[in-house]
Amino acid sequence: MQDLVWIFVSALLINNFVLSYFLGLCPFLGVSNSLETSFRLGMATTFVMLITALCSWVLNTYLLIYAPYLRLISFIVVIASTVQFIEMLVRKLSPALFRALGIFLPLITTNCAILGLAIFATNKSYGLIEGLVYALGAGLGFTLAMVLLAGLREESELSDVPALIQGTAMNLIIAGILSMAFMGFAGLFSAA
Amino acid sequence: MVKASQQEYEELIKGIWRDNPVFAQVLGMCPMLAVTNSAINAIAMGGATFFVLVGSSFLVAAFKSWIPKQVRISCFIIIIATFVTVADYTLLALIPGVHKELGAFIPLIVANCLILGRQEAFASKSTIRLALLDAIGMAAGFMLALLMLGAVREILGDGALFGIKLFGTQFEPWVIMILPPGGFLTLGLLLLLFNWLAVKRRKFLDEVIKAERGQS
Amino acid sequence: MKAKNIIEPGRESQTVVSASRIILTLAIAGLISGVAIVGIYEATFDTIAENRARELRDAVFTVLPGIDSMREMVYREGQLVEGKAAIEEPSVYAGYDSSGEFKGYAIPARGPGFQDTIVLLYGYRMDTGRIVGMQVLESRETPGLGDKIFKDPEFVAEFNSLEVQPGIVLVKGGSRAGNEVDAITGATISSRAVVRIINQANEKWLSKLTLQHPIRSNGKGEK
Repeated sequence: MQDLVWIFVSALLINNFVLSYFLGLCPFLGVSNSLETSFRLGMATTFVMLITALCSWVLNTYLLIYAPYLRLISFIVVIASTVQFIEMLVRKLSPALFRALGIFLPLITTNCAILGLAIFATNKSYGLIEGLVYALGAGLGFTLAMVLLAGLREESELSDVPALIQGTAMNLIIAGILSMAFMGFAGLFSAA
Repeated sequence: MVKASQQEYEELIKGIWRDNPVFAQVLGMCPMLAVTNSAINAIAMGGATFFVLVGSSFLVAAFKSWIPKQVRISCFIIIIATFVTVADYTLLALIPGVHKELGAFIPLIVANCLILGRQEAFASKSTIRLALLDAIGMAAGFMLALLMLGAVREILGDGALFGIKLFGTQFEPWVIMILPPGGFLTLGLLLLLFNWLAVKRRKFLDEVIKAERGQS
Repeated sequence: MKAKNIIEPGRESQTVVSASRIILTLAIAGLISGVAIVGIYEATFDTIAENRARELRDAVFTVLPGIDSMREMVYREGQLVEGKAAIEEPSVYAGYDSSGEFKGYAIPARGPGFQDTIVLLYGYRMDTGRIVGMQVLESRETPGLGDKIFKDPEFVAEFNSLEVQPGIVLVKGGSRAGNEVDAITGATISSRAVVRIINQANEKWLSKLTLQHPIRSNGKGEK
């Protein structure tokens, strides 16, 4: 149990996917200009990550012990097709959910955070439950980072920023400061 | 003939500075930041990306007329993933120490938007020769950016370059530079520098044009 | 520049391609890619396996000074038997000296550190009840501070002769008793993490370890 809490908090805060591993930076910098969109993209990513954890566990347990060299290709193919399949399913079953999350799904599949999750979970040899908890922590951590950056960017739109630094340069520096703030979470589990 | 070689030269050189994949197009950020805490890691990552980009551009350009439009992305990804797997195993066999440092970020080269982007935008619609030149230029530009970031971070964060200590024992390393925030800050500041240079260049060109007009 | 590269979907030639051609193309691409991947896997397999085995052997030989060969022991159905561990199966390494005499166990352990999970290996002698060596295998502790848990020779040397009963204790300002470890200044949390990981592993393993019979010099132990 304590292990699961550590896995969750570690992925959520201490080793945040965006701010500590630099995964998923494209949507992080590209879409994070509105709070609303960021939150929905984050939720959709969390959802895809849970599916990814499930897929990669199935692959690791049943296929890759016989053919470890197929790891990368099978991850990409299986994750992409599963997400596509679920997208169709969601569209059919719940149009409301599809409108909220669906448009992001194809975009997320190519996100390096998704593939990164599958690879990290494999390298750490997590089981099914651990993998799912890890995915939940990583997804929520991604959402948290997105929402924080979006909030700061919305603020910065109202202030007078020199033209030279506007855009990616400023976002990266904001992200750097956020990342520094997140360093404060290190040691959360060993301090006691 | 002169025109053709001019164009070839142009395709080769554009990726290195003017259309640099990192500074001008802001692509391939995740490996860019994650592994550049030392110059040697930056070179290993740059080398692996170089191999994958040039190899897949060659194959895509060579087989472009065979690949149906509907499945081109799938084919590109299969080609790229194959090259990445080859690079991954080769590094693991040859330099296990560096491979351990780069860890999961070698397989993640697959998700580098730079590589898929070059296949889609360039290699799939040009000759093998031009595709190769473009890939070499872009990969060299990417490597240059990685190396710049890695060198800055290693010098400031560790007081060393390629593991060789540059300063005396008096130097107190800025540890933050080799930690994740340092990656964000360094790249942010380098982008700022690139923007500044681009603005200056534009102003200079404007002045040249103005002066030419004044003369004629 | 960018405008030149953008694809205009509407204007692409809408040639009709049959489904069989699509499937054939993907199948050929998959086949070629499979051949290439299996090829590189086969070509590098021996080197990679050798590197891994050497790395493990070096670590085990470091934490159990004076040994000459080792065997992997798996805890299966209530007892320790020789064998290769399957996924998620707990295992330790038994070390033997040059005359085949059993010396001790190298025990792998992992747990939360300051930044990320720390993975380490330590050597335990059953005859003296002491830890005789420790090596950190994986960690992402802060450079310059937390990474002293494997870069600071003094801290690593604390584990060269350490009593495990009644549990290892972390102290500051010099260790005195046999079961005390001196914390690294500026990296107390990482030091504490190492001690805690070892204590937890001891709790899990010490009751399960059994004295091993000596192996003959032509035995099956890995050289």
